[in-house]
Amino acid sequence: MTSIDFSRKTVEMIDVVKKFGDFVANDRISLTVHKGEVHALLGENGAGKTTLMNCLYGLYRPTEGKIRINGKEVVITDPNVAIHHGIGMVHQHFKLVEPFTVTQNIILGQETTKMMGILDLAAAEKKVSEISEKYGLTVDPRAKIEDISVGSQQRVEILKALYRGAEILILDEPTAVLTPGEIQELVTIIRNLTAEGKTIIIITHKLHEIKQVADYCTIIRRGKFIDTVEVAGVTEHELASKMVGREVSFAVDKRPAQRGERVLAIENLVVKDNRGIQVVNGLSLDLHKGEILGIAGVDGNGQSELIEALMGLRKVQSGRIRMRDKDITNASPKQIISEHSICSIPEDRQKRGLVMEFDVAENLILENYQRRPFSERGVLDHQEIYKFADQCIMEFDVRPQDAQMTAKSLSGGNQQKVIIAREVSNDPEVLVASQPTRGLDVGAIEYVHRALVEQRDRGKAVLLISFELDEIINVSDRIAVIFEGRIVGEVDAENADENNIGLMMAGGRV
Amino acid sequence: MEALVNDLGFIIGTTLMYSTPLIFTATGSVITERSGIINIGLEGMMYFGAFVGAAVAYFTQDPWIGFLCAGLAGAFLALFHAIATVTFSAEQIVSGIAINFLGPGLALFLSRLFFDGATQTLTIPNKMPLPLNFLFGDGKLFASTGFMDLVFNQFATVYLSIALVFVAWFFLYKTRLGMRLMAVGEHPEAADSLGISVYRIRYGAVMTSGFLAGLGGAAMSIAVVSRFSNTLISGHGFIALAAMIFGKWRPQGALLACLIFGGAKGLEIYLGAKGFPVPSSILATLPYVLTIIILVGWVGRSRPPAAIGKIFDKGEA
Repeated sequence: MTSIDFSRKTVEMIDVVKKFGDFVANDRISLTVHKGEVHALLGENGAGKTTLMNCLYGLYRPTEGKIRINGKEVVITDPNVAIHHGIGMVHQHFKLVEPFTVTQNIILGQETTKMMGILDLAAAEKKVSEISEKYGLTVDPRAKIEDISVGSQQRVEILKALYRGAEILILDEPTAVLTPGEIQELVTIIRNLTAEGKTIIIITHKLHEIKQVADYCTIIRRGKFIDTVEVAGVTEHELASKMVGREVSFAVDKRPAQRGERVLAIENLVVKDNRGIQVVNGLSLDLHKGEILGIAGVDGNGQSELIEALMGLRKVQSGRIRMRDKDITNASPKQIISEHSICSIPEDRQKRGLVMEFDVAENLILENYQRRPFSERGVLDHQEIYKFADQCIMEFDVRPQDAQMTAKSLSGGNQQKVIIAREVSNDPEVLVASQPTRGLDVGAIEYVHRALVEQRDRGKAVLLISFELDEIINVSDRIAVIFEGRIVGEVDAENADENNIGLMMAGGRV
Repeated sequence: MEALVNDLGFIIGTTLMYSTPLIFTATGSVITERSGIINIGLEGMMYFGAFVGAAVAYFTQDPWIGFLCAGLAGAFLALFHAIATVTFSAEQIVSGIAINFLGPGLALFLSRLFFDGATQTLTIPNKMPLPLNFLFGDGKLFASTGFMDLVFNQFATVYLSIALVFVAWFFLYKTRLGMRLMAVGEHPEAADSLGISVYRIRYGAVMTSGFLAGLGGAAMSIAVVSRFSNTLISGHGFIALAAMIFGKWRPQGALLACLIFGGAKGLEIYLGAKGFPVPSSILATLPYVLTIIILVGWVGRSRPPAAIGKIFDKGEA
């Protein structure tokens, strides 16, 4: 089954250090990978996995340390040198030219030409087809990138590396954007590649994928080398603990809820989506103090529109929303946040949650900049703003601890921590969390769940929307199932039966 | 009947003549925008090119040397734009505006220096030749007056500009360098990660657009008219920019748009000559009004290169 040739070390990184100013992203990390091996690089968001691989691919120059490829010491100054040494990298965010065809993207930079630099696309298409057949990477060479699925785009990226003669392939979070079916295809592709003697390094924080495809796994935590283990000999739990540096519990630890009076009441709510189709159809819901109400449902059953209507971002067609017996239907987002004390962790943290170009401190005061102490008579007080930011960064463990980092340079988990810090420090009566753990690693997921439970334990109400049924069942006290814009059933989380809820989510009757 | 055909020939002929400066400039604009750099300094580059073209053609008595120097003059101004926007990541619009002040300023300064304080050059001795002239006249293939003469007996710059559009089309869609240039304009990080020098390509593209804008200016000062004056280039650079956008960032589209704008000019001159009962100052607004109408109606529907106007910084390595 395994195709590892232990006599040949294809990649050796020895005591690699990478500093950005004072920040040490990689602190003496070593890594050895053999021919035909699938090696996983495991670590939390922001642990330094991608930085290490960028050093190998020549996008960064290591501050210290050595790199050997096939036993020979090399200095990789830029991606061209990496390509020359047979290293290819598929980035997490694909680097594809959207209006170009598959073939054009693959050959870009190493084009097949006739005389005088005139492109020979026919020859290129033939070559692309050959490689794609050899490894089972199905793509249409003439399709435009903007017209093909994300899974196909990833195959184009892999083909790009193979076209350049890559023997060592780095895949950065390859499954983050794929559907479950596409993940299975990728696993098959990886097996085909190693069978042909290619070496694969996968950057990931998903444990079950490591168990599924990797032979060996190197764990990095906060820029430091922790361990290299043979995957067959460890459990997911052990991997998780090594990655986070403490025992991780997959279950949420919480006391029974102290349910109080009703704070939020939604009655017969009707909301339309952007196409003008009614997607919330007379939905009613009560939310009480001291409880987490989970809304279970398949994506696209009106969850997003419900939240947008609740937060004042979308017009309510009919029905009422009452908060502490005040009618807040169609109130402005500002009123809802500051007067009615409802805060939300939005579904899309990069689009609605943060201003990506702003720094952490600025993002933390987005809702309160007009208030003291952050401003007075329309003038911002930066000293107070950064003082508050430093406090939040400590309290919510945002890494790196730098209030002047732009939001876009933070990892997903830390972006989410900034949002949670902002919303929780508003001390809202109702906290709405839409898919708060999407794309996060186990450590960060645990953190988010704990924050929600803490909020509940302080007597606040929490509304949790998630497409992950496990998450709903683990975190909530009460579960409401949404289907086609209506609540079709409600159960206590304690007595929840996964099958029943699953059936209701699909529109069946219990 | 014959008068009608001749009138039509007149309109087509003037359209081609007046489109030519726009076609040169708009084609250059397609090249630079496709690499991701906006060049609204086209006006200033045309202006400077028009002066240098006429001045050199006057002193050397050779329109071709003037034409070439006009291109170099445009490229010289474009070099500043490239240094500012590509190397120093300056805001492209601001740099372009600066060029639009610099070009006319430089042209007028040099004009006063070389032409006894006048803000216009003297009339050049030799205009651009008419390469097909030998076909027209008594006993030749066509008569020296009439439709064929009006339409086809044009300055060399007219034929050059149309050929240029084909060359630009071939370059962008059929050559390796063209593909790389478009990749740089769409996704510079992708191009960079494949070892393509984003900076070098953008320098080349910006300088090319300056060179062509300079030629466009000279096509005005040494072919359409025979001297540079300070009102010769009045908004042509901006119209070329509009034509490029209207043509959806494609050479062939820009050509069509330039012909429409040139057509408005042709119509203006024709109606003026016919004594059409509308004040000439109103007629003269035709190309500009058309620019606004077309831009308002069409811009929303076309898709610019994805990385246009965005700063590319290779970052720390």
